[in-house]
Amino acid sequence: MSNTLFISLAVLGILGGVLAVVLYFVAQKFKVEENPLIDEAEACLPGANCGGCGFAGCRALAEACVKQAAEKGNIDGLACPGTDMGKVAAVLGLTAAAFEPKIAVVRCNGSCQNSPSKVHYEGADICAFANTLYAGEGGCSKGCLGLGDCVKKCNFDAIHIDKETGLPVVDPDKCVGCGVCAKNCPRGIIEVRPRGKKDRRVYVCCVNTDKGALVVKNCSVGCIGCQKCLKECPFEAIEMRGNLAYIDPAKCKACGKCVKVCPRGSIHAINFPAPKPETPALQGAEPAVKPQPKPEPVEVKTEVKPENTVTA
Amino acid sequence: MNPIKTFPRGGVHPEENKLSAHQPIQDFPMPKQIIVPLGQCLGAPAECIVKKGDRVLTGQLIGTAKGFVSANVHSPATGTVAKVDVVMDHTGYYKPAVFIDREDQDEWIEGYIDTDELITDIKLDSKQIIDKVKECGIVGMGGATFPTHVKLMVPEGKKAEYIIINAAECEPYLTCDFRLLLEKTQEFLVGVKILMKAVNTDKGIIGIEENKMEAIELLDKTINAHRDLYKGIEVQPLKTKYPQGGEKQLIKAVTGREVPSGKLPIETGCVVVNVASTYAIYEAVQKNKPLIERIVTVTGKSVKKPGNFRVRFGTPADLLIEAAGGLPEGITDVINGGPMMGKSVSVTNFPCIKGTSGILLMTLNEAQDRRQTNCIRCGRCAMACPMGLQPFLLHKLAKQNNFDETETNHIMDCIECGSCEFTCPANIPLLDYIRYGKAKTGAIIRARNQK
Repeated sequence: MSNTLFISLAVLGILGGVLAVVLYFVAQKFKVEENPLIDEAEACLPGANCGGCGFAGCRALAEACVKQAAEKGNIDGLACPGTDMGKVAAVLGLTAAAFEPKIAVVRCNGSCQNSPSKVHYEGADICAFANTLYAGEGGCSKGCLGLGDCVKKCNFDAIHIDKETGLPVVDPDKCVGCGVCAKNCPRGIIEVRPRGKKDRRVYVCCVNTDKGALVVKNCSVGCIGCQKCLKECPFEAIEMRGNLAYIDPAKCKACGKCVKVCPRGSIHAINFPAPKPETPALQGAEPAVKPQPKPEPVEVKTEVKPENTVTA
Repeated sequence: MNPIKTFPRGGVHPEENKLSAHQPIQDFPMPKQIIVPLGQCLGAPAECIVKKGDRVLTGQLIGTAKGFVSANVHSPATGTVAKVDVVMDHTGYYKPAVFIDREDQDEWIEGYIDTDELITDIKLDSKQIIDKVKECGIVGMGGATFPTHVKLMVPEGKKAEYIIINAAECEPYLTCDFRLLLEKTQEFLVGVKILMKAVNTDKGIIGIEENKMEAIELLDKTINAHRDLYKGIEVQPLKTKYPQGGEKQLIKAVTGREVPSGKLPIETGCVVVNVASTYAIYEAVQKNKPLIERIVTVTGKSVKKPGNFRVRFGTPADLLIEAAGGLPEGITDVINGGPMMGKSVSVTNFPCIKGTSGILLMTLNEAQDRRQTNCIRCGRCAMACPMGLQPFLLHKLAKQNNFDETETNHIMDCIECGSCEFTCPANIPLLDYIRYGKAKTGAIIRARNQK
């Protein structure tokens, strides 16, 4: 009995040894010559393989950088959204454009309070599916459906649905700005924007391009396209997209003037110092729901379930 | 009477609940303002050709078809265009629509023959009939709203052997087609003759489920009484089984032919047309009347007076609900269409359009999703699927976003009948996920074909 055990161990051991030697020589013979710079460049990248750079993974980006550096002598246009490309450029003996960290921004504040439910949804919890069925529980056809396609797709655990508001909230410490959430939002609510100087940024927290009257029907904080901010902005950073104001992050100097004139509280200013007691509270942390007058009670004749129903 | 036929694979038998089967069709009065959506068919919405302040006559063209799969829209009333704006329709989205302030008297367009007498003589030839159908904006009125003239244009090299009339009305609750068959029998049969002439065939088969025996007997009697007039038309009773009225299932049941995967019904030499569309074609070809009204069933177990109404398009649905006795207490679900294929709506005042076959009201008890549990691999969904698919597998693959596999498992063949979800003992929303997977897979296939 012990003999069998011994023989099998010995046979396997010898076999293993012989094959290891063979493998060693084969590996030497068929070795693929790779530029050692690729390894070095890859080491500078986060290694999360999020795909935010547009390549299949961090190594693919490193390869592309090395290739472009050799061909054109620069790495312009190649950028990891979450890392300073300066390090990669240094490895390759080049200089990169100044790093501008980015963050995903949820441009909808149609929370359960601001855009109260008129109907109740029961069905598959996929935004992309619900989007084909109906406008949303609050009735806004451009607003957040709150079923969390963005949450499911995030590789960094950086976005979560706030149970109270029903809206996704971006964790600024974890978000690298890869934009996967933005790509997977069927309504294009999430935008990747620069974090801004001192982490201060101003944006319009609405994507509804409908006429003001239709927006007011369904939401108490949606942009109605009154253009007050447009007239107020000293830097011409605000443009109108249909009936929606949009702040161009490249031109915005984060002065915060537009925030004060917005009659709907649609413009959010993030990480600004707390307001003085006498001025009305206009700034808040990103997830915060702005204090709003109670919306007019909407006459709801029926509570319906926007899902096909199968009865027995 | 012919022996009863059916499709061989899958299917379910939900409670029929044809509550309004014995309610005669009532003409529904139009409100002061009607709202006519411009997108009333599958495919591109029509392009508006009127502007604010224009006076329009009943039956006047107000929206022209844009693209191949699209249909004209006509004014359902005489009046003045108040505005061209958006309205929230049954999908819950704002869509372009024409608002018309109505005058009390209908003033018809020129050429309309205002008579209730039966006109049996078909003067137009095949090409003219198809042009007329196109001009009058006729679409499939079973709910899918596919433009009928596209169906009738048989592609080169193909031959239409049969005109099959889809009178199965397999959706529970709905009775609009049944009532039309009983009340407009002769007009309907002339409509079938027109369709047969349009595609140059001498065979027309009317497929009806056996739970509508009254209609089967009446049609048989009428055809026998006027042998020469309705030569070639046959009534085929079908087993009461859902989805007997699915186009592919109907063809299989009636002719025994199977539509190949990914192909159109014309491959089997069949053109399938709905009852309401057939009647609309009669009116268009013989009376020069564009499609501006349809029969809508308003029903539900808790509805006081379920009924069938002849409704001009653009009439808000809440008026119909009012006429049927109002919203009963505890209503949770208002469905546009039948309980199997219909979709819940988020507003009750959506305008009725060409595809509104019924408005179904359901209470919490009837409509609420029961508690969902895990799949136990019983395989009932696969047994129930009339297309021979494996819904449990498609559900899983769609959930994983594995769209390569959904394609190889023929998700695009799904007809979205909901038999799988109906039969699932674990109450899994199978169809939701399959619809999601189908939309995504379809987009991938279209993108690939464009390259």
